[in-house]
Amino acid sequence: MSARQATISDVETSGKRQALLGAGHVLLGKLGQALLTLWATVTLLFVAQAVLPGDRATIYLNVLEGYSVTRTPEELAPINREFGFDRPLLVQYADYVGGVLQGDLGTALQSRRPVTDLILEQIGATALLAVSAIVLAWLIALAWTLATAGRHPALSRIGATVEALAAGMPHYWLGLLLLLAFAVHLDWFPVVGGDSWRGLWLPALTLAIPLAGFLGQAIRGEYEHALGQPHVLSSRARGTDEWRVRVVHALRPALIPGITLTGWALGALVSGAVIVENVFSRPGIGALLVSAVELKEFELISGIILIVSLVYVLITFLTDWLYTLVDPRVSFERKGEA
Amino acid sequence: MPALKLSLPAGLAQGRLGQTWASLSRVPPLVWLSALLIAFTLWASIAPATLVAYDPLETDLANVLMPFTTEHWLGTDEIGRDLYSRLVHGARESFLIGLLAMLVAIVLALPLGFLGALAPRPVRHGVDRLIEILLGFPTLLVALLFVTLLGQDPLNVAIAVGIGSAPGYARLIRGQTLLVRNSAYVEAAVALGHTRAAILFRHIVPNAIRPLVPITGLGVGKAIVWSSSLSFLGLGVKPPSSEWGALLAAGKGQLLEAPWLLVVPGTAVVLVALSFSTLFHYLQARSEGA
Repeated sequence: MSARQATISDVETSGKRQALLGAGHVLLGKLGQALLTLWATVTLLFVAQAVLPGDRATIYLNVLEGYSVTRTPEELAPINREFGFDRPLLVQYADYVGGVLQGDLGTALQSRRPVTDLILEQIGATALLAVSAIVLAWLIALAWTLATAGRHPALSRIGATVEALAAGMPHYWLGLLLLLAFAVHLDWFPVVGGDSWRGLWLPALTLAIPLAGFLGQAIRGEYEHALGQPHVLSSRARGTDEWRVRVVHALRPALIPGITLTGWALGALVSGAVIVENVFSRPGIGALLVSAVELKEFELISGIILIVSLVYVLITFLTDWLYTLVDPRVSFERKGEA
Repeated sequence: MPALKLSLPAGLAQGRLGQTWASLSRVPPLVWLSALLIAFTLWASIAPATLVAYDPLETDLANVLMPFTTEHWLGTDEIGRDLYSRLVHGARESFLIGLLAMLVAIVLALPLGFLGALAPRPVRHGVDRLIEILLGFPTLLVALLFVTLLGQDPLNVAIAVGIGSAPGYARLIRGQTLLVRNSAYVEAAVALGHTRAAILFRHIVPNAIRPLVPITGLGVGKAIVWSSSLSFLGLGVKPPSSEWGALLAAGKGQLLEAPWLLVVPGTAVVLVALSFSTLFHYLQARSEGA
């Protein structure tokens, strides 16, 4: 409910602003917003690193050697020189922003490899998992909505309950149950997923089921509302096939909140992917992140967060455009009036 | 006449009692069940020793990795510790972490949400953008960042999860505050010439905060799930503890031999989280008059 409220108010405010800007500037405005978001992200991440308790060179040496002791200035000096920890914060900040602009996210302390390389090596596996999960989630949510919504009240209620249950499932628990049932007992899928195609099914399903629950909750209300609208009644009166009525006339307008939610759910999807990759021993950002936290690799964690927000910004941009395809009343120029 | 006067309060009281009873009996069984489960968890966090027969750290090497038996209801782990005892003794930590995380989230979200709705225009827009930007960060990633910054112990896990989930609540509070600010009764108060402070504290704050009560309840369940997720990854509370996420982390090595070591604490988290959401969704619906 909160998601929908927010969307409505967002549409209203952006509608006002867009009316002021005029049609041609809307895309430019959105681009500016996206850039602002990314700049703020970089700054927030830098501040988080800068205010971290403890001396960074000390932490680095302690992590490298595996025990915590107080370090002498002689020990710290070369580290500070190598990573530039001793320069003024403003210089470090300018350096960081400059680096990010060139795609340089710093160097991982332990492996001494560029953070960008480390992330690029792993992001493919996670992206594949996330995209498969989104596709699966949409298929499940659409099938479930068409099968249970706008039918007998009892069936509809069961459908909604199942959606709420699915949406609330913790990923690790769902993953464990699927793993135990389909990999250990039935032996349909490998226990250790690896990066095989057969190993992708269970992790993708684990991510997809809660997402499908969320999507279903968003679609159901709009779908049932649309079924009672005059245009549905009139197309039924014209003798249109029931499936056509449901899919074309009722389902299509109901997709909008689902699309909004998919963009918004990306964050939840990344969080979920980290856990799912851990459950199924899949390569990807998750494994990288866990090792980064264990080793206190701030550059690596910040880099991952930065890449994720970049993707998030892109997806938000994309969903805005997707609206126009689904609902002809919505266009970039007059989204607020739709 | 006097007799009537005397009997009226009594009759009223009876009527009220009857009403209370009638409204209580309308409460769906699922909500009762949820309340019962939360009560049990609360009891377990206050006085765990009254609910179990074994010490949570007592090892029994004759009964190692036992599945469910009458002696050990939920089985034993690799050194024969009773899983049910450990679960009950872990409730306090899981529960407190969830509660504290929610508190941190609300404390951070309240000023952001209020500023985003009530501050002068430029501040408001700045805060709005900030909330939107923070919403783009995945909760788990932010929590992991702060666990890294602060160190991995139960208190820091709670703080990290609180920070991670704060933006969502900030947005919620902002929306709620905007709704109240634009309401007719606030407009009326402005028209009547009440001072800004009076309007803020007598009308806007109480009405913006009231819906937060059920939302906070819902959030505790979610916070328990997040913090147990951190522990599950091995990045939160560490295994000697019997916090539910730590139990999961400890059980990971025995997935094939003793799956119940993972399934039981996982199910406990799910049931408690579901109970919180069922109970507080119901209360939310009731308070909105649905």
